[in-house]
Amino acid sequence: MNLHEYQAKELLAKYGLPVQKGILANSAEEAAAAYDTLGGKFAVVKAQVHAGGRGKAGGVKVVKSREEAAEVAKTLIGTNLVTYQTDAAGQPVHSVLVCEDMYPVQRELYLGAVVDRSSQRVVFMVSTEGGVEIEKVAEETPEKIIKIEIDPLVGAQPFQGRDAAFALGLQGPQVAAFTKLFLGAAKAFIENDFALFEVNPLALRENGELACVDGKINLDSNALYRHPELLAQRDKSQENEREVKASEFELNYVALEGNIGCMVNGAGLAMATMDIIKLKGGQPANFLDVGGGATKERVIEAFKLILADESVKGVLINIFGGIVRCDMIAEAIIAAVKEVNVTVPVVVRLEGNNAELGAKLLDESGLKLTSAQGLNDAAEKIVAALA
Amino acid sequence: MSVLVNKDTKVLVQGFTGKNGTFHAEQALKVGTKVVGGVTPGKGGSEHLGLPVFNTMKDAVRQTQADASVIYVPAPFAKDSILEAIDSGVKLIVCITEGVPTLDMLYVKKAVDEAGIRLIGPNCPGIITPGECKIGIMPWHIHQPGRIGIVSRSGTLTYEAVAQTTALGLGQSTCIGIGGDPIPGTSHIDALKLFQDDPDTDAIIMIGEIGGSAEEEAAEFAKSYVTKPVVGYIAGVTAPKGKRMGHAGAIISGGKGTAEEKFAAFERAGIAYTRSPAELGKTMYELLKSKNML
Repeated sequence: MNLHEYQAKELLAKYGLPVQKGILANSAEEAAAAYDTLGGKFAVVKAQVHAGGRGKAGGVKVVKSREEAAEVAKTLIGTNLVTYQTDAAGQPVHSVLVCEDMYPVQRELYLGAVVDRSSQRVVFMVSTEGGVEIEKVAEETPEKIIKIEIDPLVGAQPFQGRDAAFALGLQGPQVAAFTKLFLGAAKAFIENDFALFEVNPLALRENGELACVDGKINLDSNALYRHPELLAQRDKSQENEREVKASEFELNYVALEGNIGCMVNGAGLAMATMDIIKLKGGQPANFLDVGGGATKERVIEAFKLILADESVKGVLINIFGGIVRCDMIAEAIIAAVKEVNVTVPVVVRLEGNNAELGAKLLDESGLKLTSAQGLNDAAEKIVAALA
Repeated sequence: MSVLVNKDTKVLVQGFTGKNGTFHAEQALKVGTKVVGGVTPGKGGSEHLGLPVFNTMKDAVRQTQADASVIYVPAPFAKDSILEAIDSGVKLIVCITEGVPTLDMLYVKKAVDEAGIRLIGPNCPGIITPGECKIGIMPWHIHQPGRIGIVSRSGTLTYEAVAQTTALGLGQSTCIGIGGDPIPGTSHIDALKLFQDDPDTDAIIMIGEIGGSAEEEAAEFAKSYVTKPVVGYIAGVTAPKGKRMGHAGAIISGGKGTAEEKFAAFERAGIAYTRSPAELGKTMYELLKSKNML
């Protein structure tokens, strides 16, 4: 789950991080009022969407008057912002953050953290090259990224903050300020189950103070049960509608661009099924894992989800019945096809427990269901049905 | 011989009296696995499936001399259950539970490593030595005692490899489902090492998926350590960037962890691989044939 910039900044401020002042505005009027409240000569209006690259996409604007603030808010709110990180439709903008102007600044730094799978640690990354895409820095000048590994038992230590501060070329009281900021960020990361955290840029202002000008936080979905206050901040409008719907039924669904809908049990097999469709010359329309307990209700919901995508011209069902019986799954599929009124070709591959009985039930159902033997056969049949 | 578990392995079930614990303990008992009891705090002293229930893992291990535990508790309690198992003295812990917070696993991984205990999972189907011992949720009947060691991040995709190797008469020595989470207790490298060192395993199927760099690291390791034939496969060629594909660990982030990078690593390490999940068995069969190992 992602947080908006304004939510991330609020959270980070609680951990003592110096964040750029900002006021959330849901309308042009609110944006104008926010401009007045901030009381500066300039303000920065930022679209609140779950995507990076807002600046280049026109989602961040400097304004010089309350009228201009209102104008920019009016232009942004209610539209979709398309950045290099979004799909072609972009992300809907429902609010803007009107922020104090901080520029010019002495320097723009970078501070980020992830759970690093190789070292099995939370790893912080700092760099003198803030304000730009950090992926580019990592690729072109990896030596400019300093990594700090956090021992899970010992936690982040002040010396690690000082190491990083000196490496960033900070001086005098800035070193202590950065160390405090780093320790606060590390505490926030651990206590709130962040999966990813980024402040880019971390500004070194002309007055020598540090300030988080942006804030990006991604939370570990598996840990949300212990953070109800963060879960309450979820903005479903930023997520794919069908994916949200799927999650309500505990189905894992990801929309893709193709026309062959897939229903599979198990995430790995679901990916493999997409891949074999592609290998056989077709295009998968989605990833869908119905999970271990493929009951009738879930199969019906899965069908509804797949068919809600208008580009779907055929469906491939691939179930490896381990513990569950394939004849039960066949019955669920038959019931679902009847209830949902499926009109596109459906190829079903059942493997494992009672697979033959399942296939027989499908063949005798009188429905437009084609049973397949094995993965190859299944993928070939559905691709052929659409040709 | 086999890897980690065999006909003598004594297994305790954590979360024994719950729905999942009960069902899968029954299945394991049916096929002859030595399930010796289980733990459900507060129900100690009672009987379940004709076996003793204990309040704590310490009690359970003291009284049953169990070697292994399998965990079916809900995700919020998985960390505690694994730590309890470490403290109890079992040598193998298999955590089936899905949805364990990643930060919990950072502590747990460090704890198992320091205690020198093998953890498999979480979010995995478990481990099976066909004909001898089943710890986990995999279907017994598709397996066949044999020569291929299988390691995989995915459950049903493991079954696919099992069914294919069974159909070709190769069978399996041991299958390890390491699970789809970002911080697994056992890695591909650990499994490769176990299979290489196991005299009963003749060849290895390694199934990976998008996300992280564990497969690349395993390929590098295989190049220097593994002399047995290896067949690799990676799921997720068609997965879009930045989207989590069901498994917590299956995500291409920052352009890293793509299937193509992993196939390239197999190529560099001289590992045979297939791009078709339907040809895991066939690719292995042909590889063995080319080496006169059939």
